Amino acid sequence: MDLSTLTTLSYLVASVLFIYAIKGLASPRTARLGNVLGIAGMAIAIAITLVQPGVNAYSRIAIAGFAGGAVGAVVATRVPMTAMPETVGLFNSFVGLAAVLVSLIAFHRADHPGTIGQIEIFLGVVIGMVTWTGSVMAWAKLNGRVAGKPINWPGRQPLNLGLGLATLALCWWFVASHDPLPLYLTVVVAGVFGLVWVVAIGGADMPVVISVLNSYSGFASVATGFIIGNDLMIITGSIVGTSGLILSIIMSRGMNRSISSVLAGGFGEGDAVAGEAASVHAQAVTRGVNVGDVETAIELMRSARNVIVIPGYGLAVAQAQHPVRDLTELLEEQGVRVRFAIHPVAGRMPGHMNVLLAEANIPYDQVLEMDAINSDFPDTDVALILGANDIVNTDALEQPGSPIYGMPILEAYKARTVIVVKRSLNPGFSGIDNPLFYRENTMMVFGDARAVVEAMVKEFKGAAVG
Amino acid sequence: MEAFMGHLTVFVLASFVGWQIVWKVAPALHTPLMSVSNAISGIIVVGSMLAAGYGPLDYAGWLGVGAVFFAMINVVGGFWVTQRMLGMFRKRGGR
Repeated sequence: MDLSTLTTLSYLVASVLFIYAIKGLASPRTARLGNVLGIAGMAIAIAITLVQPGVNAYSRIAIAGFAGGAVGAVVATRVPMTAMPETVGLFNSFVGLAAVLVSLIAFHRADHPGTIGQIEIFLGVVIGMVTWTGSVMAWAKLNGRVAGKPINWPGRQPLNLGLGLATLALCWWFVASHDPLPLYLTVVVAGVFGLVWVVAIGGADMPVVISVLNSYSGFASVATGFIIGNDLMIITGSIVGTSGLILSIIMSRGMNRSISSVLAGGFGEGDAVAGEAASVHAQAVTRGVNVGDVETAIELMRSARNVIVIPGYGLAVAQAQHPVRDLTELLEEQGVRVRFAIHPVAGRMPGHMNVLLAEANIPYDQVLEMDAINSDFPDTDVALILGANDIVNTDALEQPGSPIYGMPILEAYKARTVIVVKRSLNPGFSGIDNPLFYRENTMMVFGDARAVVEAMVKEFKGAAVG
Repeated sequence: MEAFMGHLTVFVLASFVGWQIVWKVAPALHTPLMSVSNAISGIIVVGSMLAAGYGPLDYAGWLGVGAVFFAMINVVGGFWVTQRMLGMFRKRGGR
């Protein structure tokens, strides 16, 4: 077998192994094996590339490769699970950057590639740059370096239009001249567009933004695959691209909004600020809210047959998942059935809440998706809502005028008693008040999710001893 | 044009494969899905080596060094953090 046949065969095997890496994620049982197969596929792909006759600068490949690998290892071992959204954002950005670099190399190293080749290079630069700067902005917003609220200004739409028209003009100029100047101007224009686009999108819409950028990173790989003429890169990029696209669709459905309205930006109020504890309490009582304390909450849960916990982003922020696990175990010792209900857009990225609960050693068969658990609420004694708001807002079902009307929610209000742990009555990211808080069967416990749950655990243990 | 049409065919068919398998991914594993897709996106390291893994260390050569560096961050970081996350998913009684 000659080298070119062996290369084609190796790339085919690597593609199949990557497909198995994704397929394995259909169940937590097969997921780890899938990941190992993915690693094997990558090893095969890199090994066969290294023995290609055109590849011989081994020292610089080794130095760059090991340095990058070391950085990746440090990031992967150090990153806390709460920071996964910005980490994925960061990884997306590197794919975009690498795609831009490869496109520029192809321009500088190869002969005139013909019109199709020129357009491929141009698209590689555009998609890569938007992915890169957009992801860097998403990363900065997610870790708080840039304000989470949408940043809007009057000239934003004309600016976007201008950047789009400039890109078309630059494409025409580049194809006609094959000159570096229009290509490098494109680097700037597409980079600015990525920043301007993401800075205008609010924190609540970040799950969609991260998914879309994930998709773009796949299509950036596809573009470079076309430039290099490498089917393995095209196949891998297509799978990543469709994966990000599907996640974007699922996230948008979870918010009952179209992807285009999310990407247009300007929605959401950013992080709500908690007021003074005392004034929060007084204000709540005057507004007819049942305000309860930790003892009452524990009493209700101890005497319940079953409890459904609804975690939201507040739980992640407060790092409350570990005390929640303790509370769960104490309740189970009393014979109370405890389950968790996950809304598709809970957290800051798809599936984020599941990872946080898994990290706290909560078994995954105890954690259910919205569609699987919604019909159980009428038979539930206590729904415990921890740091969630919009995803249980009954306006989504009852108020046709509400901005979130039509969004699927966890129907916690159907439970016999609803306990809401929240820092204040302030509305969530959507900026909408929540009628659930004013219902007769709802009890509010004000405070930081972690502090309240820790107090519940303490109270529980004290009561068990006494 | 012939080469382009061949790649286009691969692109369209691979997108259909991706569409089929990704819908079957468990919603609980959507975060690992994103991190593993970051990892396999690191396949761009192959393109980086083919494009600039030869010749003098000129301007394009340096761009290649950067591309290999950033792609390998994704390869190692993506697979590693995915494995770390998947290791946390346990069934009841299996801890």
